[in-house]
Amino acid sequence: MKIAVCIKRVPDTETRIKISADGKSIDESGVKFVINPFDEYAVEEALKLREQADGEVVAVCLGSDASQETIRTALAMGADRGVLIKAEHVPEDPLVVARALAAELEQGGYDLILFGKLSIDNYDQAVGTMVAELLGLPSVSAITRLEVTDNRATAQREVEGGLEVIEFSLPAIVTAEKGLNEPRYPALRGIMLAKKKPLDIKDVELDAGGIEILGLSLPPDRKDGRIVGEGPEAVTALVDALRNEAKVI
Amino acid sequence: MPGVLAVLEQRDGVVKRVSHEALAAARALADDLGCDVHGLLIGPPNTSGDGLGEYGADKVLASRDAELELYQASRYGQIAAEQVTAGGYDAVVLAATSLGKDLGPRIAARLGCPLASDVTSLTGTDGIVVTRPVFAGKANRRMKITTTPSVISVRTNAFAPGSHARPGVFEEISAGGEMKPSDARTVAVKAPENAALDVAEAGIVVSGGRGLKEAEHFKLVEDLAQALGGAVGASRAVVDAGWRPHSEQVGQTGKTVSPNLYVALGISGAIQHLAGMRTAKVIVAVNKDPDAPIFKVADYGVVGDLFEIVPRLIEEIKRAKEG
Ligand SMILES: Cc1cc2nc3c(=O)[nH]c(=O)nc-3n(C[C@H](O)[C@H](O)[C@H](O)COP(=O)(O)OP(=O)(O)OC[C@H]3O[C@@H](n4cnc5c(N)ncnc54)[C@H](O)[C@@H]3O)c2cc1C
Ligand SMILES: Nc1ncnc2c1ncn2[C@@H]1O[C@H](COP(=O)(O)O)[C@@H](O)[C@H]1O
Repeated sequence: MKIAVCIKRVPDTETRIKISADGKSIDESGVKFVINPFDEYAVEEALKLREQADGEVVAVCLGSDASQETIRTALAMGADRGVLIKAEHVPEDPLVVARALAAELEQGGYDLILFGKLSIDNYDQAVGTMVAELLGLPSVSAITRLEVTDNRATAQREVEGGLEVIEFSLPAIVTAEKGLNEPRYPALRGIMLAKKKPLDIKDVELDAGGIEILGLSLPPDRKDGRIVGEGPEAVTALVDALRNEAKVI
Repeated sequence: MPGVLAVLEQRDGVVKRVSHEALAAARALADDLGCDVHGLLIGPPNTSGDGLGEYGADKVLASRDAELELYQASRYGQIAAEQVTAGGYDAVVLAATSLGKDLGPRIAARLGCPLASDVTSLTGTDGIVVTRPVFAGKANRRMKITTTPSVISVRTNAFAPGSHARPGVFEEISAGGEMKPSDARTVAVKAPENAALDVAEAGIVVSGGRGLKEAEHFKLVEDLAQALGGAVGASRAVVDAGWRPHSEQVGQTGKTVSPNLYVALGISGAIQHLAGMRTAKVIVAVNKDPDAPIFKVADYGVVGDLFEIVPRLIEEIKRAKEG
């Protein structure tokens, strides 16, 4: 089975966001970058499928040179090779990213292409599903369970108040939600091996898309709260405040 | 005259409340653009479009077929995209639910047009300009949509359903072609083990963290949620420990919630947790550590042992509700 996993380099979840001087992006100084947490679930699922059915796992990333490190993380987890589609700036328009990835993936002859559910910087939850539509492949987003037998698959995804069960045939695209699996940590041996695995770097022409960023701002601070009191004796004052001041109960 | 198409969501043929919110957003945008709002209802034959004029629909287009009862991604995507092209709409608005987050990108990709997800405010007075949270709500991005049409999904609880007295004229439209064997097909929707209210949709959320000490003690969280008529949420620590299901996790890698009231019990307030709940209208925190970061965002804090405080709180809430 030939599998591709699309991964993105994003600021670590610990990051305290500062706005840069242009007022449109984040100040990246001192920010630690990691592989998008949802993409780790995608990589893990790909590796599990390869263990079960043999084949190859290719990690694909659109990003700057620094994204090579992100690809090496996936290689250290166990992916076989990497492809970096090199762009100085990763567009904020998800369709522009999807088009560039689709152009690369189209030629790969993949049986299954995995994405994360969402990138924790852009928060679009869009790229994987868009690639599926662009390539005309069946797809299921935000899956918490996947079973593949030959060229048929069943996936589950959580929806409000229920669990959808979806059947489809390969080739196909899925996007991974937390809960799908427990991603492995790269072992030292994996990290050493990763250095020698092939990593192709390709150039790309990105189209302009239809989104212009006007500004980025921090959410307004919450107004100062107060400690109502200590211990069970404070409960009466709390209930009173919720009822008569905040009027939420 | 072009217009705004609001794609509406139904369950068992009944339009969901979140779609009234989507209609409110569509109405506001259409008023700025000076055009009509058409609701697009995709669902089973008994799907009702009654009363949608009240929420702002000038027209209700219904695409009804037995096979459309469950969300079938390829057919829903095709019906919506074809309607946008046929009707020459300026914009598509839908609710950013699990359905909307799947369908929105499909419509945008089919039309080759921009998508703005999870939008919290929008205007159409100088082109379409939207604001949406990025970095898990740690920042807000304002952006202008520079091509037509576009697809906009709106965040739950960001737009209040209005009362508009629009005609809401009902019109049956084509239900599109049948599904191909290769299409992904939703075969069932299973009820979750405990048919609980979803954290992302609830008006009140009571969440528990590692301070609960054991999975069994979540009974306290459940009882308080029940007394308040809310949903149960959880920190990642307790989800990863297997005490609670993933569907209840609040935060950067869980759900983003903005209820009227959020109660955090034994949760320290890590940056990844705060990202998921800091837009709640009122936040209450109970924690034995007076320096816990959760108190920095809480409107009302109680310092102390939750095992002493919460039972008393349940009792007093019940009494307050009766009296
Ligand atoms: C990539 C990544 C993504 C993450 N995403 C999320 C996410 O989406 N959501 C999330 O929640 N976390 C997330 N985290 C984890 C986050 O960093 C914290 O580890 C987690 O939120 C801590 O959970 P907690 O508050 O329940 O536990 P703790 O931090 O251990 O806090 C327990 C609290 O309970 C209090 N307490 C203990 N006993 C009592 C008592 N008897 N009465 C009252 N109070 C008591 C303590 O004072 C303490 O403040 C993520 C981490 C990473 C690395
Ligand atoms: N620049 C990128 N390179 C590779 N994959 C990406 C990129 N951006 C997004 N993706 C993939 O698309 C998923 C959803 O991203 P998004 O639509 O931005 O939330 C991510 O989890 C990745 O799997």
